[in-house]
Amino acid sequence: MNSLISSPAHTRNPQSAPTVAEQRTATGGTPVLRGRTIIPFGPQHPVLPEPIHLDLVVEDEKVVEARPSIGFIHRGLEKLVEKKDYLEFVYIAERICGICSFIHGQTYCQAVEAMMAIDVPRRAAYLRSIWGELSRIHSHLLWLGLMADAMGFESLFMHSWRVRERVLNLIEATTGGRVIFGSCKIGGVRRDIDPEQEKLLLSELDKVEKESREITRVFLRDNSVKQRLCGVGVLSRQEADDLGCVGPTLRASGIGQDMRKLGYAAYSDLEFAPITRPEGDSFARCVVRCEEIFQSIRLIYQAIARLPEGEISVKVTGNPSGEHIARTEQPRGEVVYYLKANGTRNLQRFRVRTPTFANLPALVKLLQGCDLADVPILVLTIDPCISCTER
Amino acid sequence: MQFEIIAPDALLQKASGLKNDGYRLVQIGATRLPKRLELTYTFDLNGGLRHLRMELSPTAARMPSITSVYWGAFLYENELHDLFNVHVDGIAVDFHGTLYQTTIKFPFGSTKAPQANPLPPSAKPPSGDATLATTSMPRP
Repeated sequence: MNSLISSPAHTRNPQSAPTVAEQRTATGGTPVLRGRTIIPFGPQHPVLPEPIHLDLVVEDEKVVEARPSIGFIHRGLEKLVEKKDYLEFVYIAERICGICSFIHGQTYCQAVEAMMAIDVPRRAAYLRSIWGELSRIHSHLLWLGLMADAMGFESLFMHSWRVRERVLNLIEATTGGRVIFGSCKIGGVRRDIDPEQEKLLLSELDKVEKESREITRVFLRDNSVKQRLCGVGVLSRQEADDLGCVGPTLRASGIGQDMRKLGYAAYSDLEFAPITRPEGDSFARCVVRCEEIFQSIRLIYQAIARLPEGEISVKVTGNPSGEHIARTEQPRGEVVYYLKANGTRNLQRFRVRTPTFANLPALVKLLQGCDLADVPILVLTIDPCISCTER
Repeated sequence: MQFEIIAPDALLQKASGLKNDGYRLVQIGATRLPKRLELTYTFDLNGGLRHLRMELSPTAARMPSITSVYWGAFLYENELHDLFNVHVDGIAVDFHGTLYQTTIKFPFGSTKAPQANPLPPSAKPPSGDATLATTSMPRP
């Protein structure tokens, strides 16, 4: 750990840190085994499902500074809006992310619908909420598996992904797709759910709930998990607010901000309260996500019980004009869509601010002062989605 | 959407005022238009949004950083530079153009559409050859 790895151009030069010899002089000749080293973390790393690079400046085993580099999977999807028809662009928006694909498409549709003053049928709004919550459940179960895997809890990783498979099967049964649903469109949704599928949803979600209860109970009561997570990576309420955190990362610091409370889709008709924890540590972030699995299941039960009859879409004519910002709650937090249109088939601007983009500054802060061994855990506690972030 | 049009010089003071009032930074975005660059700073207080807008020349866009007020803005400001060629002065964490690794430099920054880079005749593969010719991406 004494070698100094050459740093990329954007990395602060660690030469400003005192060398061992300088420290020895400063302490009156007493040898001090403290020097600074830069350890590259990623873009390929066992705990990272997607590429992000961190330059970790460490002093002994403590991280004193972390600098992220992204851009490995920047696809320029925002630029494509200049070439694609605004009706077709739903498919592009859905492909921003493979985990929260449906909510990306939904947010895009909501922004266009607001610009064109389209009133979406209530049944379509309820179906959007059901599929959005299914996305949240499978995203949180995916995260739980990755988290368990990073901690060496292989069996829990397998079990959480086994349960997630049930959710993916439900998504396939109701939309025809497992990753890209393709069921949201401007003016409503493309597919309806029949009574048989409603029954399937209820019976399968009952199993998902029971199995998830068991898995999350094992995970959150495990002594090793608590030892690794409790009191580690604490983000105070004030810090989380100042850094602009969103989603479970923010709610685990005691702030009950949830975009679903804005009342989009069917959420204005559904009863729920944002799940918060006061501790702000890594364990609290895990508890919030685990609890949100059951909250989403309850929301789907409510939505199915109140699912109104009627049309699932309205005809869309004309082209959008003006500007609009739409916000929804993705599994990782608030996503912001900004659209600008000039009355033609192509939008002038499509801009997405994803939840991970908002949570990255908090990650940089969390890593300062942490143990090197805790870096993978802290990265996973914000549940980063790099494909979303880079677009 | 209501926008408060301000001059770039007034941004820092405005941002400080919003921060003191409890506003959260939601996003910073830019839009390239034929004759200008629009910058929108969006803030949130209890679910209500407030937008600050600046209109800049696309060829000499320069902005002060607000990272002294909203530290987390550094990612947005690096993005403004890398994608739109906006020079942001005083970013707390400055990547100096290496945040995004794009083939085309400042892909949203130029008002000209990138031109195709035709192959010289000698570089063209003979007909029937299955080998794919590679071209360098055009740079503005």
